[in-house]
Amino acid sequence: MNSEILHQTIIVLLQQIAPDTVPATLKLEENIRETLNIDSFDFLQFVILLHEKTGVEIPEEDYGKINTIQNAITYIQNKSL
Amino acid sequence: MIEFQMPSLGADMEDGTLIEWKKKPGDVVKRGDIIAEVDTQKGLIEIEVFDEGTIAELLIQEGTKVPVGTKMALIQPSTIEAEKPIELHPIMEKISEPIIEEKTDTISIKASPLAKKMAQENHIDLSKIIGTGPDGAITKEDIDASIKQSETAETEKISTPSEAIRMAVAAAMSKSNREIPHYYLEKKIDMTKALAWLQEANKQRTVANRLLPVVLFIKAMAKSLKEVPDLNAVWENGLLQKTEINIGFVVSLRNGGIIVPAIPQSDTKNADEIMTALNDLIPRARALKLRSSELSSSTITLTNLGDAGADTVFGIIYPPQVAIVGLGNITEQPFAENGMLGIRSLANVTLAGDHRATDGLTGSRFLSSLDKNLQNPEAL
Repeated sequence: MNSEILHQTIIVLLQQIAPDTVPATLKLEENIRETLNIDSFDFLQFVILLHEKTGVEIPEEDYGKINTIQNAITYIQNKSL
Repeated sequence: MIEFQMPSLGADMEDGTLIEWKKKPGDVVKRGDIIAEVDTQKGLIEIEVFDEGTIAELLIQEGTKVPVGTKMALIQPSTIEAEKPIELHPIMEKISEPIIEEKTDTISIKASPLAKKMAQENHIDLSKIIGTGPDGAITKEDIDASIKQSETAETEKISTPSEAIRMAVAAAMSKSNREIPHYYLEKKIDMTKALAWLQEANKQRTVANRLLPVVLFIKAMAKSLKEVPDLNAVWENGLLQKTEINIGFVVSLRNGGIIVPAIPQSDTKNADEIMTALNDLIPRARALKLRSSELSSSTITLTNLGDAGADTVFGIIYPPQVAIVGLGNITEQPFAENGMLGIRSLANVTLAGDHRATDGLTGSRFLSSLDKNLQNPEAL
């Protein structure tokens, strides 16, 4: 999955778990949880959906590695290799 | 005949608007069935019935705003032979209104008995209404106009769901602050063992079945409440312990406001069942689609505001409950034990207690018990 498609996928998933936010305005380096006011429950839903869409399993200790859109794109791409 | 009344879904609720009856006369109902949908400040709530029997009569029309405690329907108990339903249509009936005069110490108010009854049911001050009947007497039409006017004013004042939630939170918290003398306690709890247990447990699970740290905390809380039952209670002119442990979980709404659904019988659920309950309740709470029992059955509250980064949260008790527990952010900190310094995952856990109901010693015992239980996560 290339970066642009992955970016759009992440935006759609974030919109799905937090419908009352505007993830499209999220900058690549902004902290997803802090900027969108997402709690641990929502973040877990994000991890579940990301796993379903990409097939990449994200262990708990790696949650910090997908804290921004850019980091999430890099993480998924590296794991998909 | 059992009277089904508009339930109170919290200290902040005064009334609700009946949107739709889900049952009709002749329908058999059992405990837990949804009888109606009611629009409240906390969204569209499915109202459950807590009796068994047959619907004899629906007394309120859809679209009507109904104060808490108002008779809404009559249910024929299933164990008693059916008798003729009582005819009760006081508001809809068109009757000739006799006028009587009521004298008080200071003023004399003329009003028809029907108008008086309606005014009482709708909490309307008759002295503030100008009657249009004979000799200025207040009639049913005057009361109708007054109700319509106040509803219009309310609609204008509260136009969005988030504003309505804000008002509901404001009402409950103001009542709590006015009536409940709070005491506050705080304990630093080492969460290292609990988190390590959780990490191992989650490795055995699929991504979709992972547990959150708060699940273990809820389990520990339920266990501690069995040891200190005075905090699993309500204050109703005295301490009234509750047999069920229904932990209310504070859910923050992103557009502002909070809503507190109950995790029923938290003590009898295992960690996976509590996670399943959260998976079900949190999205519905955010969509303002909860059942009446989920909003009214909490016996104590947990606020997990630490999840948003606060190190310590001192809660305000949700009446008529007598305690609220606050879980702060879990952070790695230096920790001294047995003369050795190490790094541990610590959380500041607080308890706000109602000093009418319990004393600080009770609260302190609870926090110590919570600490003890969280050091033995495998036993939770």
